[in-house]
Amino acid sequence: MHELSITQSVVTTVSERLPDATVRRIRLEIGRLSGVAADSVRFCFDMVAEGTPLDGAVLEITESSGRARCRSCGEEFEVNDLLALCDCGSADLELLAGQELLIKEVEVAA
Amino acid sequence: MCATCGCAEGSRVTVTDDAGVTHDHDHAHNHDHDHAHDNGHGHGHDNDQGSRTVTLEQAVLARNDELATRNRRWFAGNGVLALNLMSSPGAGKTTLLERTVIELGAELGISVIEGDQETPLDGERIRATGAPVVQINTGAGCHLDADMLADGLRTLDPAAGSMVIVENVGNLVCPALFDLGEDSKVVIASVTEGAEKPLKYPHMFRVAQLVVLNKIDLLPYLDFDVEQFVEGARRVNPDVEVLEVSATRGDGIDQWYGWLRDRHARLQ
Repeated sequence: MHELSITQSVVTTVSERLPDATVRRIRLEIGRLSGVAADSVRFCFDMVAEGTPLDGAVLEITESSGRARCRSCGEEFEVNDLLALCDCGSADLELLAGQELLIKEVEVAA
Repeated sequence: MCATCGCAEGSRVTVTDDAGVTHDHDHAHNHDHDHAHDNGHGHGHDNDQGSRTVTLEQAVLARNDELATRNRRWFAGNGVLALNLMSSPGAGKTTLLERTVIELGAELGISVIEGDQETPLDGERIRATGAPVVQINTGAGCHLDADMLADGLRTLDPAAGSMVIVENVGNLVCPALFDLGEDSKVVIASVTEGAEKPLKYPHMFRVAQLVVLNKIDLLPYLDFDVEQFVEGARRVNPDVEVLEVSATRGDGIDQWYGWLRDRHARLQ
């Protein structure tokens, strides 16, 4: 359940960067190939945020798609799991996107 | 609750040294990192609902990655090879490690950092071989992180030119995400698990530089397809090397030692 530690890192990072803010909304980007389950982050967020500047904030998660380039034939395509194969049959893929784990932005009370 | 590993409130990370002395850390994390993040507050945009949007664009694991980079620099500066051994519980990490430190410990100067949620048991097994060892107990934490490793290293104090082998908490999921600053990640699987393990846990097998398939002495008693396992590992990690080993009987152990000697020699 590393999503609990991931969520805690999110809350700590924002609390440290904006210590005096009241955060109303926070937007994360979680890549579909990042190994982090967005639903699990949603599940723990309210509990982790309690008593911090993010208490009561709305959590928005953008799940970004993965992209890969086939090292065998050079084709680029969308992938949404790590076991994907290229149409040419190769499993030798270079991941170009989909592993993001980012705090994009927060909306704070002015 | 702890910032990095998510361990529950009241749960403590402890580091136990060679002499069995335990250093309690209320939280191994969260103190004394002078952090290198830009504390600037991003770009603010006011809007008409009395709130403003602040763009952060910050990697969630930035802190761990920064501490891992610090560990990696320390290893490089001291010519120390660091390996991160990961597996599910019961794959035979400690048995492989015991045999390795007994047979190769003096030659390569191997010291060990043992990670477990609780108990000093694995650390004691390594200590019995005479190798320097530090035990990290993560409490409720499901993986080691770069800060815990830095704490362990301060206690272990490995010699320049030596090798540190880290045995991570037995778990095929969470440790894959946390860079410790190691040179290589080694995943250990055993033939008493399913041959489809690499496909079921692709994140772990994807980050490995080496896969060791352990307990091959038990193959005659099991329905385990080695070829299927290797194919699965290469499906998620096409270049990964796979060694077939029995840590108890010694099959393939020379290949494992050869791999360790080769990695160690590259650093010297």
